Amino acid sequence: MNPAHEGRAGLAAVFVSVVQRDLLLAVRRRADVLTSFFFFIIVVSLFPLGVGPEPNTLREIAPGVVWVAALLASMLALQRLLASDYADGTLEQLALSAQPLTLLVLAKILAHWLVTGIPLVLIAPLLGLQFDLPVEGLVAMTAGLLLGTPVLSLVGAIGAALTLGVRGAGGLVALLVLPLYIPVLIFGAGAVSAAVSGQSVEGHMSLLAAFLLFSLAAAPWASAAAIRIAVE
Amino acid sequence: MRGQRRLFGDLNFRVPPGEALWVSGPNGSGKTSLLRMLCTLLAPEAGEVRWRGRPVRSLGEAYRAELVYLGHAPAVKDDLSGLENLRFALAQEGRRVSEAALVDALRSFGLAGREDLPARVLSQGQRRRVSLARLLFCGDRPLWILDEPLTALDAQAVELVRALISGHLGRDGLVVLTSHQEVDLSGVKVQQLRMVG
Repeated sequence: MNPAHEGRAGLAAVFVSVVQRDLLLAVRRRADVLTSFFFFIIVVSLFPLGVGPEPNTLREIAPGVVWVAALLASMLALQRLLASDYADGTLEQLALSAQPLTLLVLAKILAHWLVTGIPLVLIAPLLGLQFDLPVEGLVAMTAGLLLGTPVLSLVGAIGAALTLGVRGAGGLVALLVLPLYIPVLIFGAGAVSAAVSGQSVEGHMSLLAAFLLFSLAAAPWASAAAIRIAVE
Repeated sequence: MRGQRRLFGDLNFRVPPGEALWVSGPNGSGKTSLLRMLCTLLAPEAGEVRWRGRPVRSLGEAYRAELVYLGHAPAVKDDLSGLENLRFALAQEGRRVSEAALVDALRSFGLAGREDLPARVLSQGQRRRVSLARLLFCGDRPLWILDEPLTALDAQAVELVRALISGHLGRDGLVVLTSHQEVDLSGVKVQQLRMVG
């Protein structure tokens, strides 16, 4: 049997196995996953308590608050994406796989988004009610998060890969990654504001989708390159 | 080169099929670095590694499909059981192995009854056995690169690894390994490469 041929046929299977493994690990380490999820809920819920029950103010700050909290929560979860795999040698084995590392990294990012991004998308409409957001606003927020949270995971992976093996990686990841999150924040929050004031959100959503496509193409490749340097 | 320090140079060797290369030497003499260069994790400062006469850098994934590397870090996940660890390690090579075969492999490595325990509660030697059990399925990959495979193993497990290595050499495979212990590979062809500190 020609090993190279066998390798190509196995790409889908290997991709799925990486996703499965990371999901299983997330199930085993539920506490880690729940931490960033509850962090999101608590940060968002603190604002109505701190700012006061004035509906107009709340409606106005809602998009920004939810999106900033989503950014921070997804950043909080980044440390788990690659660091433990790096420490126990799993990343080395992935780098030595006969499959392209870029796609295996994409599999890891996908698993990461499924456990950290999707819960945020699902809970966000409920949190939006605390801010008295109208239905259009809730829809725009959910749709925006659905397009935006994968970008956060993808871009975050680059930061996580670049800081592998660095002491105090957590703080450094924040400095590297948060500035890159700014476009997603602007257009994600902008979409909600536009929807609340009755304008079309098409432009915002198109831009978020464009960010997603661009980061889908570039981020796994950049992360894989950073991982190769880290495992040297 | 590691940082500013030159670990070794002027090194030239060839491993023919069916032969083992035993790299020995004191700590810090560059054994692990050499092995990592052989499997493309580390790029040599000068010189090149060739596989079937072609530089491995240009072969890329085709070369990686022919080798197995077991490094210092056993790549065993604390939160997964021995069975799951083995299953995922093999799945990442594109192998689908039946549950029964996995259990058999772990049993033959002395982990009977411990297949479903999370690796966290296993001892150092038992984790190493989990990662070594992978070799039972890797006979179709000609090049085995094993970094200190015998660390933390008891006499019985050392014997198992020894048998695996001779079996692989018997199939015309290649084995490159490092070890501090004297390895008794009687009956097989072994080249020894002694690195000096």
